[in-house]
Amino acid sequence: MGDLFAVVMLSGIYSLLSAALFLDLHAVDVAFTEASVGAGISTLLFLATLKLVPRYDKKSRYKPTLATGALLIYGTLDMPHFGKADAPVHEHVAPRYLNESMEEIGVPNVVTSVLASYRGFDTLGETLVIFTAGIGVMSLLRISRQAKEESKSKTPADMQQQVILRVVAKMMIPLILIFALYVQFHGDYGPGGGFQAGVIFAAGIILYTMLFGLSTAQKIFNRKVLELFTAIGVFLYASVGFACLFMGGNFLDYSVLRHDPVHGQHLGILLVELGVGITVASVMMTIFFKFTWRTVKHKYNQ
Amino acid sequence: MIETLLDILSWILLLSGSFFCLTGALGLLRFPDFFTRTHATGITDTMGAGLILIGLMLQASNWIVFAKLIIITLFSFMAATTACHAMSKAAIKSGLKPQIKDHPGRDSEEQPSKL
Repeated sequence: MGDLFAVVMLSGIYSLLSAALFLDLHAVDVAFTEASVGAGISTLLFLATLKLVPRYDKKSRYKPTLATGALLIYGTLDMPHFGKADAPVHEHVAPRYLNESMEEIGVPNVVTSVLASYRGFDTLGETLVIFTAGIGVMSLLRISRQAKEESKSKTPADMQQQVILRVVAKMMIPLILIFALYVQFHGDYGPGGGFQAGVIFAAGIILYTMLFGLSTAQKIFNRKVLELFTAIGVFLYASVGFACLFMGGNFLDYSVLRHDPVHGQHLGILLVELGVGITVASVMMTIFFKFTWRTVKHKYNQ
Repeated sequence: MIETLLDILSWILLLSGSFFCLTGALGLLRFPDFFTRTHATGITDTMGAGLILIGLMLQASNWIVFAKLIIITLFSFMAATTACHAMSKAAIKSGLKPQIKDHPGRDSEEQPSKL
């Protein structure tokens, strides 16, 4: 398919459909992540990229053949059947997590306890991946001073006429931000957590940026502040781990943080999720801002 | 007595909401141009989802579910209508004209174009 716009839209639809599939499998947290990250913010970032590159793909020599699809289907034949109780996934560590999580961690949402406590090291790695992506975009797309000078106009010209959009967005954005905070801090009790909350928060700010202009948004979310926050989130996460080390436990073993192990776990999970949320939100905003500056620069150079 | 009435009312709302969802999907597939299709999707998001949500409100077991459903309804109402409006406006701005069939009775000077 040569039309990249259609490809972006199809990938968004694919994400939304798989979110519905996850919801059907009762994996609410995964569905939430897929809907907010896959269908929401990545579609948005793809569209921001499409403003920089041509819309139509060049003719490529590579064509996906039927053989690839056949091989992929052949690969699935060895997999355990759908919903099979004795599949390897359900036998290894899952029973222990499900049975002991409430006593050991004391968090009603098992997904959060697995993600932030049992598999805290993996999540640290994931946060670092996002951090690295942010650093990569920051170093690749530099903002020139010239572009900054020339884009001083407060509101994008084509958005000044969108009165209804602006009024409704003004009503919605506070709700979006409050919802993001709810998802962040309610992640122990219901579906949610740092990743989703960060993305939703960033989406609210990006909506504001699109309607009221980059320079208005950057008055609050200054470039330097954002870059600092990108690092602060990861730093918070890692320093919780080191605090555990210093207090006599293993790395990211939150039980030693307080006298009562369960209280320690609660505190650790809260701080770690906050770190994830801060990093994800600031990286998403940084990437969007960088792409938008780039577009502005292109517009003024032509 | 009251419960039976509520059930009947909620079923009427749910079924009519489903009807509007169905017509919206049909319109999206069958309508001739962009603006009418946007109208069809708008129907799905407002009348379809809205009526279904109101029908679910009547089935709510406690107040917290009721309040959540009200918030979802308001949010989807505002978001969907604004999205339709913004899309149509963007389409007009980028030069897409609505497809209008000439009525024989109206513009008497102009001959209706043969389609």
